[in-house]
Amino acid sequence: MNNLELKKTANEVRKGIVTAVHSAKAGHPGGSLSAADIYTYLYFEEMNVDPANPRMEDRDRFVLSKGHTAPGLYSALANRGFFPVEDLVTLRKLGSYLQGHPCMQHVPGVDMSTGSLGQGISAAVGMALSGKMDKKDFRVYTLLGDGEIQEGQVWEASMLAGHRKLDNLVVIVDNNGLQIDGPVDEVCSPYPIDKKFEAFNFHVINMDAHDFDAIRAAFQEARETKGMPTAIIAHSLKGKGVSFMEGQAGWHGKAPNDEQYEIAMADLEKIGEELLKEEA
Amino acid sequence: MAENTAKKIATREGYGDALLELGAKNPDIVVLDADLAEATKTGVFKKAFPDRHIDCGIAEGNMVGVAAGLATTGKIPFVSSFAMFAAGRAFEQVRNSVGYPHLNVKIGATHAGITVGEDGASHQCNEDIALMRTIPGMVVMCPADSIEAKAAVLAAAEYEGPVYLRFGRAACPVINDRPDYHFEMGKGTVVREGTDLTIVATGICVGNSLEAAKMLAADGINAEVINICTIKPLDEELIIKSAKKTGKIVTAEEHSVIGGLGSAVCDAVCKSYPVPVMKIGLQDVFGESGSAEALVEKYKLDGKGIYEQIKGFLK
Repeated sequence: MNNLELKKTANEVRKGIVTAVHSAKAGHPGGSLSAADIYTYLYFEEMNVDPANPRMEDRDRFVLSKGHTAPGLYSALANRGFFPVEDLVTLRKLGSYLQGHPCMQHVPGVDMSTGSLGQGISAAVGMALSGKMDKKDFRVYTLLGDGEIQEGQVWEASMLAGHRKLDNLVVIVDNNGLQIDGPVDEVCSPYPIDKKFEAFNFHVINMDAHDFDAIRAAFQEARETKGMPTAIIAHSLKGKGVSFMEGQAGWHGKAPNDEQYEIAMADLEKIGEELLKEEA
Repeated sequence: MAENTAKKIATREGYGDALLELGAKNPDIVVLDADLAEATKTGVFKKAFPDRHIDCGIAEGNMVGVAAGLATTGKIPFVSSFAMFAAGRAFEQVRNSVGYPHLNVKIGATHAGITVGEDGASHQCNEDIALMRTIPGMVVMCPADSIEAKAAVLAAAEYEGPVYLRFGRAACPVINDRPDYHFEMGKGTVVREGTDLTIVATGICVGNSLEAAKMLAADGINAEVINICTIKPLDEELIIKSAKKTGKIVTAEEHSVIGGLGSAVCDAVCKSYPVPVMKIGLQDVFGESGSAEALVEKYKLDGKGIYEQIKGFLK
């Protein structure tokens, strides 16, 4: 996909996020929107996956360690064809397979159940170790929140990944700077994030999380990195794409009401129209 | 059965033996440790299959998560640590990364209970059965001797789904050393038939209950002894059948009386055939330093201690 196609797709992924969370009257739009371009790049460009065969043996794996941003993952999977986009409105509802946090047993394309912060990265390390053990080519990607890396388990997993030289593993930190209680550097600063991963024997890339040239270059660099895992620090904007959610910690885990939903969708429609103009 | 002269082997030895056998048979078997491979007896597997052994360092929460990831790719990981850390520290990882997605991870927890001995209460886990049996879909096994331990590990590897296996540090009498010994996950065994009361025991308390039953016999009391290796799912049918015969139950376990085998047995009988139940175990207290033998005696989990408590119950 070229950048324009990726941008258009990411915009559709964002519409899916807003629609799902609005319908659920609960959920986590802020961190889903900040990572929407990353989800899009992973599922439409980077990863070897097959929507018709979600459990394909040698597929690339993705573990959403920051499981609360499930709406972003679900929207990307739905737009990629793993399940109908129309089902996004069942998010968090009784009987829906789209649980509040990802459940691998029920959602096609979800490689690991997550939600309790700090745990997904460990599972990703396990997958990468399995790939190394069997000399397989598949790659493993995991997305963490910048608040999530306050969990000690993240560093236990990182120590093992660095020690085992897992160059088939890419750890992405969605550095949108905000967590529930406020800015991450006010709550309990995780900075410097890049130096921490370097100290754990990772190759580290700082990346603009909303620039597809930068995203493409970062994942390419990760592929070319041998003998150590890669950490991508994705500098992002929480709530990206929805005017009133951008940069607001309050939109971490809150659903828009009907009126706000209309504004959010109008924002995204406008972005879509701009992209069409760009195309013409 | 002459327990005094029987040979003694720790159940963790059976764990190591079984892993070695499984490793040779099945290339998907992977073993993970958290810096305790010597103590957990997985060292034999590490030596034989170094490429399939992952030492995660002293980081049990991560180890359980890594095992979960391995299981998603078709591996059969056995994670090993002391019960205190496998079930205690890593409880939430076991619950969320293994239990919730029902992944094929086996948890081999050694050094359970007070027979850890000299290390003291910080390392004596008397709460693991309670913790693990609350997780939906988790199988919980606590073998009575090294022979049963090996059989339980082999059975766990055959079964698809999470299993918690509980082993002890101290040598304990081998009671299943007979040619017709047969193990089935989920099935209890009557190891002594009787009519006056039923002793339902697990782990090292099985051998000790047999000893207690002998002392009771000398007083004219004929106790039935049931060995429950699989605490979850519990062989309720066998227990109820015995309760109908004897009318009273004593449970015996090297674990807190809160939430362990005793509680599981109470759950079973109170819904279909309520009988008086006395729970022998750690009476809501922490352990302490001392030799395994001295501790088992002090906390009344040896043959004599079980005998005396039963005599009190029958008064």
